[in-house]
Amino acid sequence: MNIRVCIKQVPGTAEVEIDEKTGVLKRDGIDSKMNPYDLYAIETAVCIKENHDAEVSVITMGPPQAEAVIKEAYMMGADKGCLLTDRKFAGADVLATAYALSQGIAQMGPYDLIICGKMTTDGDTAQVGPEIAEYLQIPHVANVRKIHEIRQDAIVVEMNMAESVEIQEVQLPCLITVEKDICQPRLPSFKLKLKTSDRKIPRITFNDLEDKNEMHYGLNGSPTQVLKIFPPPANTTNETWEGSSEELSKKLADKLHELKYI
Amino acid sequence: MAKIVVHQNKIEDREAVVAICPFKALEFDSKDELFLNAACKMCKICVKRFPEIFEYVEDKLPSVNKDDWKGVTVYIDHIEGDIHPVSFELIGKAREMADKVGHPVQCLIMGDNITKIAEEVLHYGVDEVFVYDKPQLHDFRIEPYTAVFEDFISKNKPSIILVGGTTVGRSLAPRVAARFRTGLTADCTILDVQDNTDLDQIRPAYGGNIMAHIYTPNHRPQFATVRYKIFDAPTRNDNKTGKLTECKILDEKLESKIKVIEVKKKEKVKSIEDADVIVVAGRAFKKEEDLKIIYELADELGAMVATTRPLIEAGWMDARLQIGLSGRTVKPKLIITCGVSGAIQFVAGMNNADMIISINEDPNAQIFDVAHYAIVGDIYEILPQLIRQIKEMKKAQ
Repeated sequence: MNIRVCIKQVPGTAEVEIDEKTGVLKRDGIDSKMNPYDLYAIETAVCIKENHDAEVSVITMGPPQAEAVIKEAYMMGADKGCLLTDRKFAGADVLATAYALSQGIAQMGPYDLIICGKMTTDGDTAQVGPEIAEYLQIPHVANVRKIHEIRQDAIVVEMNMAESVEIQEVQLPCLITVEKDICQPRLPSFKLKLKTSDRKIPRITFNDLEDKNEMHYGLNGSPTQVLKIFPPPANTTNETWEGSSEELSKKLADKLHELKYI
Repeated sequence: MAKIVVHQNKIEDREAVVAICPFKALEFDSKDELFLNAACKMCKICVKRFPEIFEYVEDKLPSVNKDDWKGVTVYIDHIEGDIHPVSFELIGKAREMADKVGHPVQCLIMGDNITKIAEEVLHYGVDEVFVYDKPQLHDFRIEPYTAVFEDFISKNKPSIILVGGTTVGRSLAPRVAARFRTGLTADCTILDVQDNTDLDQIRPAYGGNIMAHIYTPNHRPQFATVRYKIFDAPTRNDNKTGKLTECKILDEKLESKIKVIEVKKKEKVKSIEDADVIVVAGRAFKKEEDLKIIYELADELGAMVATTRPLIEAGWMDARLQIGLSGRTVKPKLIITCGVSGAIQFVAGMNNADMIISINEDPNAQIFDVAHYAIVGDIYEILPQLIRQIKEMKKAQ
């Protein structure tokens, strides 16, 4: 069984700030890490490998330094990796990202199961997985919280819904996005780090892809565009109370009484 | 549709130029030429700062005749006949935008034996409800649901499609958007429409500390998902307006590689999204045991307890109680945050509350930017006294 896991390098902190005067992003403190939700996707794949005859390969799209997340995946037990990188992919929105990834996944050879994390912490959209599945014309199940069974031709999974759980049997190949409940990710292993330190990370660039129409990638292939970015508006009807804790608690109790909560 | 062209001969201070990019997308290649690598987010900061070096060049645009696409559509999400309230909230917003551009409000509902439920939607001031009622649509499976959506769009060509950010919506909307090779913006918090029917989609970005205004200038339909409790639902009219249209679709279009084996009901827990009053425990709580005071306060006020990411990561509370971009969005009548600093990723999940009262020791805490009442003080001192006061007041009543 060939398993592909889609992973992403994201900013190490969510505290990106914008300069209110110039409208420019402040770059201080932007370091990178693996998208935390992807750890669950990798763990799910590696667990399947431990119990079935499977090979796990990870793919990421990003700049050259995104290799770091592939190395981390190697330390968790992934067998192969691939970096999808090209300046032509720059400025991609969800659709163009999903399209480039689907092209890259197809380029890596046959696959049975594609696993994505629930969402990324920088985009927060949870859309790329379903869109990849659409481009590859395979079924997908989002919000998978448990895998019941894996067979040669199908997988049985538990989809987490608001008020119910749907158990679905899906024919392979298919794509799933997994929730945090599915497993506890292992820590990267030092032994695997030594063992995989000189393992190659192949790159796929624009010229390697089957579809070489530039209009389908990066900013050109992105239907949505960012018109502007701005800091969130602050509340104007703001009243500040200071004083001793006794005064403050009395004032608050009175306010809650006035608002009819007491 | 554009690219950034680099004029190599204008570069003077190489280091300063490379340093301007917050995404480390500027690099010199082996021929010593500056280029933009794959990290470029097209934020155009380089164009603004060094206009003589970086030139923004627009390519030929793909075009769409926007007049061919008419209508604001709301996808009606339901669980076996119970319409998800986010659907009504979206109808309210759809009406507002449709009136601005003179478009109709259409609703799309699909399922098994749902025509009667669809009638209910006519009480909320819509123009037309399209119903796909088929046994194959009994349970949510991605391919048949996508096929129905595709059929609806192809036949009716709506300009804007709003989908609730529910489990089904977040799986279905991207799939359909990709099928039409069009844009989708997730979790919009503000929506508006331009005279040319372009949808203004505003959402928190880059982890939430920045708002991004996104639009879809050259593609139709335009998709947006919106979470529950962002917009207000219109009040239900006693009379029905608009019409109900039963739609047909061929059985072979509803074929699926997915078989539903079982649907298990989850034990129904009251979620923080449904609470009218919420008290939030933040990072200022030093120990897990200290949280008992927040439960006590919640009891006194008939409130639900919620929390922020650090306490979830510490394992002190159930993840379903987390407010924020990576948790739930809430819109209670009253929210009291206790020792919450107010990172935007949290604030984005609660700033639509009717009344926000915040207690924090730090007078400069970010939470005070959104609070209606900012109380500067120590929760360890204020909360016990507050509870005592409340008890006394209740006794006196």
